[in-house]
Amino acid sequence: MADKVLMKGNEAIAEAAIIAGCRHYFGYPITPQTEVAAYMAKRMPKIGGTFLQAESEIAAINMVYGVAATGKRVMTSSSSPGISLKGEGISYLAGADLPALIVNVQRGGPGLGGIQPSQSDYFQATKGGAHGDFHMIVLAPDSVQEMAELTVKGFDLADKYRMTTMILADGTMGQMMEPVSLDFEVGEKVEKPWAVTGTKLEREHNIVNSLFLKPEELEKTNFERYEKYSYIEENEALCEEYMMDDAEICVTAFGIAARVAKNAINEARNQGIKVGLLRPITLWPFPKKQFAAAADKVKQFISVELSMGQMIEDVRLATECKVPVTLCNRAGGMIPSPEQVLEAIIKANNGGDK
Amino acid sequence: MNFSRITIISGHYGSGKTNIAVSLAYDLKRIREKVAIADIDIVNPYFRTKDNEQQLENAGIRLICSEYANSNVDIPALPQDMYAVTDDKELHSILDVGGDERGALALGRISPAIREENDYQMLYVVNKFRPLTKDADSAIEVMREIEAACGLKFTAIINNSNLGAETMADDVISSLNYAAEISQKTNLPVLFTSVNRSVAEQLNGEIDNLYVMEIETKL
Repeated sequence: MADKVLMKGNEAIAEAAIIAGCRHYFGYPITPQTEVAAYMAKRMPKIGGTFLQAESEIAAINMVYGVAATGKRVMTSSSSPGISLKGEGISYLAGADLPALIVNVQRGGPGLGGIQPSQSDYFQATKGGAHGDFHMIVLAPDSVQEMAELTVKGFDLADKYRMTTMILADGTMGQMMEPVSLDFEVGEKVEKPWAVTGTKLEREHNIVNSLFLKPEELEKTNFERYEKYSYIEENEALCEEYMMDDAEICVTAFGIAARVAKNAINEARNQGIKVGLLRPITLWPFPKKQFAAAADKVKQFISVELSMGQMIEDVRLATECKVPVTLCNRAGGMIPSPEQVLEAIIKANNGGDK
Repeated sequence: MNFSRITIISGHYGSGKTNIAVSLAYDLKRIREKVAIADIDIVNPYFRTKDNEQQLENAGIRLICSEYANSNVDIPALPQDMYAVTDDKELHSILDVGGDERGALALGRISPAIREENDYQMLYVVNKFRPLTKDADSAIEVMREIEAACGLKFTAIINNSNLGAETMADDVISSLNYAAEISQKTNLPVLFTSVNRSVAEQLNGEIDNLYVMEIETKL
């Protein structure tokens, strides 16, 4: 066990980013993600990196744009209201096809909301997150270990596809402490011939921009970008299957909700109920194939969420509503209990909602 | 342990100082009538002394803590009755101080009175398995930052090295040299090595100076 350290989820993200080669962090404090910034403030000066507390979230995301344009690995982190402020910059990153990592440690909303955990930014994260036609790759960790691993993967995917990756966590994941092994592989370095690094008068200058004067050209970039998105949907969707082999009821949940759901499923299995879990690890691309396959086997889906029901829409789309999909939820900073989920499973097993 | 009138517990956040503070408060209550535990952590929004509110009340231990702790009000407020710690000389207190130099700044508000009375001990909680205090030098760096922020010097070290629920006896044993090195470099004694009950059973008397915490670690 000597190779493990005890970390908060927020710290694990920060340390993993450093391992992944990120040397530029820009952010603005907000609960419950502040430890990401605090950790970077301590570590970056010691390794020749940049930690900068910007004057606002908007300033921070535009600093991310600047460093991303030079081809360096760069990140920012915030929590729900702060991510909304970053929205404009997130869209500009998409329009300029720039790789970057954005972390959202969600809290309850809407508005200023509260500081307790939530998953109610699912729509915002998976449907683009700001104006214009675009997607981010969205990764949803369910342990401190995954907070670290998906951060590294997030940088690799961002570079590979020249787009923004978001880590969509929640306050509990950010604050909880678990042992972590930081011994993991970082992907191969991706060449970035498009980066603005100085021409040395040896090549044409590169332009990083999201403004197009001719609508025909802007349309062309949109179609090209969506071809890339199709490829990603085909190749990068990730989903954990738990006790699904003989399952007649499929619980689906991500992040902290999946941990609660597993406890409930274990208890339901003790009671002889055939129930399993599909846990999307990529929220975009949504693991449609696994859900479509499950829809041919199970009699009901239960979507467990810390929101008023957002992922449930993707579950219904992916399963083409072949069987009922019900919601088991808490909102506004509250977390469903294993007992609440177990009750929903028992109800489904007894015939459920139609 | 021999308690002074005021016992201050501090350390890097995540070192486990809140659990130790609560456990020590129960010990103190066994030998003193009027006992309080004061949570003056202004940094951590989630895991607070207030989590143990009901048990503390049942034990007759006064909880001094911001009325906004564990609420949605994200304000780094200090409890209004924190002055009881220094003003009420009948009261024996455990102080749970925030997780780094920013957290410890709050203690500076009452540290002149604590220094003047001079009936206190200040205990530095260390955990070898936390990344920013993983060796003696980095632990001492954090320690000096806390001292500079609050205006008080530590008097002893508590070795609370742990990997949460995965802690094994060998992990604790492997931390003894680390604690000894901090002790040697700072000239402060290691007051004890703290573990929860299940680890204590595994250790089976292998470590001298072992302290078994009375409450189970959360998460």
